[in-house]
Amino acid sequence: MKQRYSIFSLVRNALNYHADWQEAWRSPDPKPAYDVIIIGGGGHGLATAYYLAKEHGITNVAILEKGWIGGGNTGRNTTIVRSNYLWDESAHLYEHALKLWEGLSQDLNYNVMFSQRGIMNLAHTVHDMQALRRRVYAIQLNGIDSEILTPAQIKELVPMLDCSPNARYPIMGASFQRRGGTARHDAVAWGYARGADERGVDIIQNCEVTGFKIVNGTVQGVETTRGFIGAKKVGVVVAGHSGVIAGMAGFRLPLESHPLQALVSEPIKPILDTVVMSPQVHVYVSQSDKGELVLGAGIDAFNSYAQAGSPPIVENQLNALCDLFPAFSRLRMMRQWGGIVDTCPDASPIIGKTPVQNLFINCGWGTGGFKATPGSGNVFAHTIARGEPHPLAVPFALERFTTGYLIDEHGAAGVAH
Amino acid sequence: MTAQKNRLGQGGRIDRTKPLRFTFDGKIYYGYQGDTLASALLANGVTLVGRSFKYHRPRGILSAGAEEPNALIQLGLGDRTEPNLRATQIELYDGLVAESQNRWPSLTTDFGAANSVIQKFIPSGFYYKTFMWPAKAWMFYEKFIRQAAGLGKGPTEQDPDRYDKLYASCDLLIIGAGPSGLATALAAGRTGARVILVDEQQELGGSLLSERTAEIDGKAAADWVAAAVAELTAMPDVTLLSRTVAWAYYDHNSVSLMERVTDHLGPVAGANQPRQRLWRVRAKEVILATGAIERPLVYSDNDRPGCMLASAARTYANRYGSMRGQRAVIMTNNDGAYRTALDLTDAGVTVFAVVDLRSNPQGELVKAARAKGIEIIAGHAITGVKGKLAVTGVDVMPLTADGKGVTSASRHIHCDLVLSSGGWQPTVHLHSQTRAKVVWSDDIQAFVPGDKLPGQNNRSIGGAHGVFRLADCLAEGHAAGSEGAAKLGFGGQSGQAPTVSDEPAEEALLPVWIVPSDKPVGQGGKHFVDYQNDVTAADVMLAHREGYRSVEHLKRYTTMGMATDQGKTSNVNALAIMAGLRNVEIPSVGTTTFRPPYTPVTLGTFSGIDKGDFLDPIRKTAMHQWHEQHGAVFECVGQWHRPYYYPKPGESMHDAVNREVKAARTGVTIVDATTLGKIDIQGPDAAWFLNMVYTNAWTKLEPGRCRYGLMLGEDGMVFDDGVTSRISENHFHMTTTTGGAPRVMSWLEEWHQCEWPDKKVYFTSVTEQWSVMALNGPLSRKLLEELTTDIPLDDDSFPFMSFKDGHLAGVPVRIFRISFTGELAFEVNCKPSHALHIWRALMQAGEKYDITPYGTEAMHVLRAEKGFIIVGQETDGTITPYDLGMGWIMAKSKTDFLGRRSLTREDTKRPDRKHLVGLLTDNPNEVLLEGGQIVAHVKDKPPMDMIGHVTSSYYSPNCNRSIALALVKNGRNRMGETVYLPYEGKVIPARITEPKFFDLEGKRING
Repeated sequence: MKQRYSIFSLVRNALNYHADWQEAWRSPDPKPAYDVIIIGGGGHGLATAYYLAKEHGITNVAILEKGWIGGGNTGRNTTIVRSNYLWDESAHLYEHALKLWEGLSQDLNYNVMFSQRGIMNLAHTVHDMQALRRRVYAIQLNGIDSEILTPAQIKELVPMLDCSPNARYPIMGASFQRRGGTARHDAVAWGYARGADERGVDIIQNCEVTGFKIVNGTVQGVETTRGFIGAKKVGVVVAGHSGVIAGMAGFRLPLESHPLQALVSEPIKPILDTVVMSPQVHVYVSQSDKGELVLGAGIDAFNSYAQAGSPPIVENQLNALCDLFPAFSRLRMMRQWGGIVDTCPDASPIIGKTPVQNLFINCGWGTGGFKATPGSGNVFAHTIARGEPHPLAVPFALERFTTGYLIDEHGAAGVAH
Repeated sequence: MTAQKNRLGQGGRIDRTKPLRFTFDGKIYYGYQGDTLASALLANGVTLVGRSFKYHRPRGILSAGAEEPNALIQLGLGDRTEPNLRATQIELYDGLVAESQNRWPSLTTDFGAANSVIQKFIPSGFYYKTFMWPAKAWMFYEKFIRQAAGLGKGPTEQDPDRYDKLYASCDLLIIGAGPSGLATALAAGRTGARVILVDEQQELGGSLLSERTAEIDGKAAADWVAAAVAELTAMPDVTLLSRTVAWAYYDHNSVSLMERVTDHLGPVAGANQPRQRLWRVRAKEVILATGAIERPLVYSDNDRPGCMLASAARTYANRYGSMRGQRAVIMTNNDGAYRTALDLTDAGVTVFAVVDLRSNPQGELVKAARAKGIEIIAGHAITGVKGKLAVTGVDVMPLTADGKGVTSASRHIHCDLVLSSGGWQPTVHLHSQTRAKVVWSDDIQAFVPGDKLPGQNNRSIGGAHGVFRLADCLAEGHAAGSEGAAKLGFGGQSGQAPTVSDEPAEEALLPVWIVPSDKPVGQGGKHFVDYQNDVTAADVMLAHREGYRSVEHLKRYTTMGMATDQGKTSNVNALAIMAGLRNVEIPSVGTTTFRPPYTPVTLGTFSGIDKGDFLDPIRKTAMHQWHEQHGAVFECVGQWHRPYYYPKPGESMHDAVNREVKAARTGVTIVDATTLGKIDIQGPDAAWFLNMVYTNAWTKLEPGRCRYGLMLGEDGMVFDDGVTSRISENHFHMTTTTGGAPRVMSWLEEWHQCEWPDKKVYFTSVTEQWSVMALNGPLSRKLLEELTTDIPLDDDSFPFMSFKDGHLAGVPVRIFRISFTGELAFEVNCKPSHALHIWRALMQAGEKYDITPYGTEAMHVLRAEKGFIIVGQETDGTITPYDLGMGWIMAKSKTDFLGRRSLTREDTKRPDRKHLVGLLTDNPNEVLLEGGQIVAHVKDKPPMDMIGHVTSSYYSPNCNRSIALALVKNGRNRMGETVYLPYEGKVIPARITEPKFFDLEGKRING
């Protein structure tokens, strides 16, 4: 039984100089075999294991992570959570995630600091405004919160924005999702890890998968740097390296991996309360609880597995920032980094079965995976447990690239893919 | 008035003839030219300069450089204020205004220090364990957490300063102008190599500027530096950049620098210059001579104001003539700190004792200190620091035999300065940014650069390389310079390597990662590891206990190394403590990845002058000036500014657009269509290529004729459209949408270069080589006839979808007979330099026909009346030609074209996909909102099933009613059905019709 986290346990432990806190998760040696192996200890993989144990009673589960949990895109993103998607299929999936976010800290007994401070998408042209209305009306008719703001309303919510009509790309309006916001990314990984561990899941770090054992088209287990581990079912949740893992299992995925960069400023006192995104001028920004401005933009144009990007992308995004927020040019960049995002041709994820029996895949989240973490894990757990896709995951099957049932969300990403 | 109570009577590199006045927290002080804010504050006896991030602990100045975690300052006022600047790097200027940060109401009385009282309850990661009840309350708690966090305040007004950006290249880029870097620059510069030497400080010289006794080539260190700088300055191909930090090392030897151009002059002095400048330097070889950073020892209450790095005190005394009257105790695990003891003593500062963690230090420096009468307390540790707002004394206790504990006999020493040295960590940041590894050196107990990566041509030397003896640094520098230059083909003489007379030998350091105290760690005073973020040794232990043991988990859980100093003084100590807890070697805990920037970089430097109108180029046509003069309202279309409509005095947009639209169907109108993308395609395989990228067939198109084409993506979805004309057998002129021009150009090139490189075909963007104006309306032919003598305009000679070359208004033109309105129309193409002339001639000759210029809105209405699509409006990347009802454009004869295969997919050939249809509202004056969603059945409230959306919607004065185009599921089989548009609190009914509203028979095309 895990210790409960609360103000009371905190006070109680303080009296003993915090000497009695348990490990948030164990670090066991791998067993010879498991019912389910999840490859990839990022947020999505950890959430998958958590929901497998919690909702489907499958606890003989291992998560294999080649590095340290939460060390990929989970720990590198700009922490934005929203469900303002255009198409019904996506809207339902991301809204499923958003609803889970709304109770996640309590569910996990781990404060993931989900902060619903609102997400604003700026429109700068007549065409932007048309697209924005189309999106907002669709979101509203899907029963999800979304509204259109006038420049005056925008200025009131974000006084630092340059809303003057003389701007290079004047702000004509914005869509606003009040329930959107940010969360503490590392806490999501750790909270799911702790919850999964409590329910019996083995989290095995520094264990890299090097191959699959597949007999008669059915997966039997995985080869790893710590030896062979048997499994009745295997779920692959490895984001940027999905293509590499799929290659080991003998099939291909319609994915491209690109670097995506982010950066933070030095911490300053609160100056920006909402998340502001501008697809046209190409930057998005929020302020973390520590006070840093957290900034993102578009992916690097080239394909790469290097977790670093090229300088022009950062230059463009900071040009955009300083133009939208003329006072920000005196602030300073404190840290810059990159992650690898796996993008599908239609900018929507792949969730479901693969050509290999009992091998399941969850990938292709592109630049937008963090926000989906709880929903992704939840529907993927269902998919693995039942052997059939969760109803919300059905449209996201790999087969859509042969049937042509694409879910083109290029416009929904905060950035161009 | 200008008394500086802790200023030494003599010495230092400050200019005592130039006193400078400054304020700190409103109080007036004086320093000298050459001071940093930190040295000036110390000279004035100011020890308390800031508060820590979490516990609001009182803090003083720890270091003398970029690694400073404590002394963060809010500099300047109003629109020029800047948060979080390190006092150790702020050059003093007259009138400087500095404020401490993160305290209220004052630095000495800070209510935030209440956190210090409850610190027991808020260890690392406490926030993950609480603030979860009640469920919705996080936003409430968060508000207070946000207010408490954040250090300094950002400016809230427009930045008044300018920034600049430039690109440079060189043979050798030398980063760091200490002894190693200077020796490199001299050796390389003498050969004639192009050298850029950068240093973050105001003066070149690095650690030599803090030397009191060292001699090079028989000169005092400072004199040698002066001679070296003079020699380098005289070299024409050597660029010296002081006040310039190399902050990032990207792929292929691309290094980013930030130069502080006018910061040291104060807020107004540099009005004619940029404040700061970003350099992107591409170097053939990069020499990393970035030196090393001293590690503080982790001892109990090591953060009291007055606790400082040993080397920093030496710098303040030697370089800045500060520290007078101070009474110091030094704790060390190595010989280096004895230099501080000796120099301070020579400068007249009292050094009570050196507490050496080693049991029997016998190095030459130790002996020298002993000879000077400095008490050396070997085998002891400082176990506590007294004083809250300033150090008042230390407790010293003997270490147990294993060095892990102390025995009880305590001795108290009164002092106001506690100096510590835990050894030196080479500044490997830039090396690591190249993604090369760092490796652990047992000799110096620090990380040193590992092998460099291929493609990154660099070399770490001197302190950055773990080489600390001056003679060795100079020798390495000289070798790097002469070898680097020779490798690049510079054969000149690099001169003699600088020499140093005998340096004292030093004994090995003793690694002590936590200095023990009389109480267990975490139960007595606080052993700070990361000062700024208040991470203690106990926090590292907690992280270990809770399983956050990988270096990245440790960092993220405790926030160690994530403050503005990015862990320059804390990372190695934290790693070593974690290694001890895990009982593994330090390197197996790993290192965190060093990411840019080395020190924080001003965001404004990235944009330089690329802001406002220069953010993105504004593209204007050759007729732009005319449009402006005639009152056009402009619309942003991509980078272009296009006339949206031309209101006459008193006209609303609605009035103006209606007038323009009507004129196109009754008289003659003119529109500037220059922005259309234009691509010149030539080569024997040009027709073959067009067959592949367009859905229809191009082989049989005759020279002189034009054809409309549709391009699909590989997914079979409409990608772009336009009219392409055959100029001659192997020469085509393609037009694209305005916004799609660059995308189409890259698309063609990608297919040519990647898939069909054997095809002989060449693409040239000619968008800006042709200006285009289109005449539309029944009178357009009549008007043209007046201005040309060599182009026959009758239907037989010049049929629809053909073009002619000739002259108009006396200048050469190419006229296309194509129409985006369904009217008789001619598109005049000409050289941009002739465009305004032709436009004016047409306007003049057309006056009698009441020629009407129209903008993009009228253009949209006119084409919508005819049901012509706009790619990006009627399409969104999910629409096939069949969805648009354009099956007629799909060549049956061709075996292949891009997107063809995808159209055979199950979902793509479904008969009930979304189709382009027309929508007519019941109320003819109700203009639907573009983007409006369509439902078949209205419910009381969402969710409702959507069947499509409005893609285009206008009031059509020619139809005397509103018209709309829409994409609706199975729309072609719903003709006549009524659908509903619920938005903005209302529900609008509309009827589905054919997507064409005017001139249904298409008779008007010939006038």
